[in-house]
Amino acid sequence: MIGIIGYGSYLPRYRIKVEDIAREWGSDPASIKRGLKLFEKTVPGLDEDTITISVAAAKNALKRAQIDPKDIGAVYIGSESHPYAVKPSATILIDALGIGPDVHVASYEFACKAGTEAMFVANSLVKAGEVKYALAIGADTSQGAPGDALEYSASAGGSAFIMGAENVVADILFSNSYTSDTPDFWRREHEFYPRHAGRFTGEPAYFRHVVSAGKLLLEKSKMKPEDFDYAVFHMPNGKFPQVAGKKLGFTEGQMKVGWIAPWMGNTYSGSSPTGLSAILDEAKPGNKIFMVSFGSGAGSDGFIFNVTDKILDVQDKAPKLRDYLDNNKIYIDYGQYAKFREKIILNK
Amino acid sequence: MRDVAVIGFGMTKFGELWNKSIKDIFVEASLNAIENAGVDHIDSMYVGAMSSGLFVGQEHIAAVMADYLGMAPVPSTHVESACASGGMAFRQAYLDVASGNSEIVLAGGVEKMNDGADVTAALATAADQEYEVYNGVTFPGLYAMIANAHMHEFKTTSKQLAAVAVKNHLNGFNNPNAQFRSKISIDTVLNSTMVSDPLHLLDCSPITDGGAAVILCPLDMAKKFTDKFVKIIASTQASDSIALYERKSFTSLNAVSNAAEKAYKQCNLKPTEIDLAEVHDCFTISEIVVSEDLGFFNKGKGGLAVEEGKTSIESGEIPINTSGGLKSKGHPVGATGIAQIIEVYEQLTGQAGKRQVKNARIGLAQNMGGSGASCTINILEAI
Repeated sequence: MIGIIGYGSYLPRYRIKVEDIAREWGSDPASIKRGLKLFEKTVPGLDEDTITISVAAAKNALKRAQIDPKDIGAVYIGSESHPYAVKPSATILIDALGIGPDVHVASYEFACKAGTEAMFVANSLVKAGEVKYALAIGADTSQGAPGDALEYSASAGGSAFIMGAENVVADILFSNSYTSDTPDFWRREHEFYPRHAGRFTGEPAYFRHVVSAGKLLLEKSKMKPEDFDYAVFHMPNGKFPQVAGKKLGFTEGQMKVGWIAPWMGNTYSGSSPTGLSAILDEAKPGNKIFMVSFGSGAGSDGFIFNVTDKILDVQDKAPKLRDYLDNNKIYIDYGQYAKFREKIILNK
Repeated sequence: MRDVAVIGFGMTKFGELWNKSIKDIFVEASLNAIENAGVDHIDSMYVGAMSSGLFVGQEHIAAVMADYLGMAPVPSTHVESACASGGMAFRQAYLDVASGNSEIVLAGGVEKMNDGADVTAALATAADQEYEVYNGVTFPGLYAMIANAHMHEFKTTSKQLAAVAVKNHLNGFNNPNAQFRSKISIDTVLNSTMVSDPLHLLDCSPITDGGAAVILCPLDMAKKFTDKFVKIIASTQASDSIALYERKSFTSLNAVSNAAEKAYKQCNLKPTEIDLAEVHDCFTISEIVVSEDLGFFNKGKGGLAVEEGKTSIESGEIPINTSGGLKSKGHPVGATGIAQIIEVYEQLTGQAGKRQVKNARIGLAQNMGGSGASCTINILEAI
């Protein structure tokens, strides 16, 4: 049995409401809430970035896994907001957490699915017997240009998963990928904000890949939507995952726990992994979880998890996702948001 | 001038056609039209397209389409008159046949709007760049001014505007080629996002990819190809000031009334003798204003008429936009004028299915560009 032996998440305390963003641009908040199903989003503090979020999430994963960090043989961080263009994020993380130096690290990038890429490879390495444990992280301080529709969703947060062969809390039964050259969203070198092709990001990009990957995963596993207790999909907003899930035959009830985008926003590489984290926080032994990510460019990774008895031993060993999502929030206005996201040019 | 008939049609589904290029779309519609008409060649062709250059970066569109349709070396001409490009292409094809210059002519229209272009900016090139667009107004703003003036002058209400959208969606529900086949309510329209007061999102036609084509030939030749043909009994065109501010009134569209007056004279008919009309409902207010300028209702009474159901398929008075109109069927700007002709043709040849208007003999198609600076009207008669 190979799968998740420890998991953890982290979300910043700061929040901005859709109303506060809409006010600045003369938009109608009611139509955004109704159309995109977004209410508020997390905002990283001035001293937070993808690496600090990854460290905080990985610490929680280590608390649950109860392993010696030195035994982790691979660390992969998936993000589209790595603080350095050239320099791996994970080298800072391994030093902070006492991992390595006998460790293989890499920064992954595949728009919003870099986190599940890391999970996919980490799981494969453990399965191949190359490493005892592998740490996979999806985290982002997502960028959205001022005034762009992305500004309502682009948020910050991440989740970490330690893969191993002993004391598995969620066995990875099946995984797959579905990839094509579909340029729906991109950021070129030296550009600060991503660009996107409007409605092209919907049907030909998100829905085609998520639904195709989902269908292939169901075929591969010979399972049906009703065999699952939970389902989670990449959440570019609140609406898309619900539509994709229903197309595949899942119900709102199955998607409810992992559907956190309305209050978290889109944490890009940390989106569906953080939805999975919320599910693991309350899953029971024997529960089956269906997960499909999405990264623009474009591709989807799919996973099927079987929750084991061990889950009950680890759930309370670290803060749960809802602890971060629901408590201790600090609401900021657009001015503070502009400062925190460094949208104001200072005369330094 | 000799009599001319429409002998066949073809069109693509209207919508977001992500997997089809502008060439695919035009060729699909045109091949369907050629097959439907049963002709083995065409003598010339006209391509209505508003702005393939801005939408997909392709100009020289007439030669491109003749090439991809496999029709080179036939003469192929691009006709542009903003959102009236399709209707104008049809009129040029009509004149080509009527004059005796050509026998079998294809009139097509196409637009590929969903390809990453800034659609609002591209469409705004149909307004006055110096006096309108430079000052920040785009088409929703221009038609909102028309709507506000109509509401002020004639007490037209938002509910009456919404009634246009509700009716057209009801019609489009039965049109397999329509972009939005969903029934909506007055409340849905009134609660949709405000785009430009008083126009809500559902008062506006959508952004659409699509193509449409028809085949024309001399009336006395039509029987050779098909028993489903209609006669073109009027084809007119008019223009007006490009900018709204230069007009004496915001509540009338002079190009429409001028083209209508000439058209009725050409076929010696009165507005009351028209059985159905496809009109240019790029915004709900335009259907109301146009229905008045075409003489179907007295000036100022268009809103009340739609609210009272006088323009529905069942009413029998004057069914308007039985296809679903631009609002529900979709508005690929260059293709719209041809798609209107197709709806009238289908109605007059009894092929409109659940949208069929009983005993339809005379149908009118009104297509306009910008905020009514250009307009073409074509009236067809069942044979």
